[in-house]
Amino acid sequence: MFVKRPKRKILVLALPVLLSGCSGDWGWYVVDPTTPTGLTNLKFLLSGLYYTVSLSLIAILISVFVGLLVALPGLSQKRYLRRINRVYVELVRAIPILVLILWVYYGLPQVTGLSIGVFWAGVIALALSDSAFQAEIFRAGIQSIDKGQYEASHSISLSYPDMMRFVILPQAIKRILPALGNQLVYMLKMSSLVSVIGMQELTRKANELVVSEYRPLEIYTILVLEYLVLILIVSAGVRWLERKMKTDER
Amino acid sequence: MQSDSPLIKLDAVSKHFGEFQALKQVSLEVGLGEKVVICGPSGSGKSTLIRCVNRLEAHESGTIVIDGIELNESPQNLRQIRAKVGMVFQQFNLFPHLTVLENLMLGPVRARKLPREQARETALNYLGRVRIPEQADKYPRQLSGGQQQRVAIARSLCMEPEILLFDEPTSALDPEMINEVLDVMVELADSGMTMICVTHEMGFAKKVADKMVFMDHGEIVEEATPDKFFSAPDSPRCQDFLEKILHH
Ligand SMILES: Nc1ncnc2c1ncn2[C@@H]1O[C@H](COP(=O)(O)OP(=O)(O)O)[C@@H](O)[C@H]1O
Ligand SMILES: [Mg+2]
Repeated sequence: MFVKRPKRKILVLALPVLLSGCSGDWGWYVVDPTTPTGLTNLKFLLSGLYYTVSLSLIAILISVFVGLLVALPGLSQKRYLRRINRVYVELVRAIPILVLILWVYYGLPQVTGLSIGVFWAGVIALALSDSAFQAEIFRAGIQSIDKGQYEASHSISLSYPDMMRFVILPQAIKRILPALGNQLVYMLKMSSLVSVIGMQELTRKANELVVSEYRPLEIYTILVLEYLVLILIVSAGVRWLERKMKTDER
Repeated sequence: MQSDSPLIKLDAVSKHFGEFQALKQVSLEVGLGEKVVICGPSGSGKSTLIRCVNRLEAHESGTIVIDGIELNESPQNLRQIRAKVGMVFQQFNLFPHLTVLENLMLGPVRARKLPREQARETALNYLGRVRIPEQADKYPRQLSGGQQQRVAIARSLCMEPEILLFDEPTSALDPEMINEVLDVMVELADSGMTMICVTHEMGFAKKVADKMVFMDHGEIVEEATPDKFFSAPDSPRCQDFLEKILHH
């Protein structure tokens, strides 16, 4: 009764703050919301949240879509279609995300002649990188659906798109939801890498503040907490969605 | 269409799975409104045969013609034939994420392009015919096996097929539920539906069959009227088989 789970979570979050009292090396004044500079600094750090979240969400939406498009040929009877799927997955999976970000931002404009902003370069790089994993997740999810479901769909004359849309994918998505949740968490974390090309998200903001305030310990601790809270919220959201989809069937 | 040509005509149909030949030159004709019951030992090719009729399995050689349309690579022919042929599976294969009503309406709305209201009416009508009108809003797993199979039959009927294929529709059911499904099938037979049923329910067969077929090792070994089939089949293998399932 006395240690409930949510309370323990809060305890963990509060731990670094408590620790600060124990050591002379901590200087929380840089982010003390009761002082004007501290408040400004804190607002500056939090202002990165918008880009971290929007970049991750847009990237995951695109990667889910691309991942599904890449997964479908991977399920085909035709060998050349399956090979297209394999080549895509193996190639994209082999490129480190950081390298992909740099290449999309600095290289792609030269190849295409189009200049893209930092935000969209980040979205493209993250979405591309994640799409290979999404493709594998979708392929496994779709493959786990009983073949009787396909046969029943054929027997009532459903077209391939209708069968996928109304019969196979709704069941597959329910099964891969936990994996999709993991990918979103992963995406939120990887978005920090886009700071290298100057994207004004959480990590970049923290870096900039460290340069001007010289308090890396406190500022990066705040950064850790920002990601932690964000990801705990996302995880809770995914779990809620899973529960909701389960009870919907009752 | 010429009235004297059979609705379904299989001619020398063969099918391999790898090295294994599941169907060996099988020929069979089924007339409009005719009821054919197929039986035979497990692995004899009964499922493969009826699955070839709506191309859940593609045959390799021989011809299958349904209502004057040849079943081959042509997607257009396949579409026309699938619209005429419904199928009921041993494992029901209902869509678990959809309610009973949604299961029934999906085909009519998406494939037959009926307006939703009309599809709903059709669905409720057939749900009444299989005697479970009150289950429309439940999910399949809230129903008993017998009820699920009746929903599956109603789902096929909603497509207004000319031919219904049954692949051991009562084999996955608890004994006390077999009759509720067979009763629905007998009613269907009486309504004039053309049916090919793979089943070992010989009581049902005697009641509805116009023609009995016995398969073994991928071949049709015996094809006869029920009278002859049950009293004096020609082949010893068929005699053996009947002995086993009738007096065990
Ligand atoms: N998809 C398949 N792949 C390989 N072998 C199969 C496949 N389907 C059926 N078979 C084989 O073909 C034979 C006939 O199967 P089936 O038509 O299901 O027999 P029945 O319905 O009479 O029990 C069996 O030996 C079975 O193992
Ligand atoms: Mg079988």
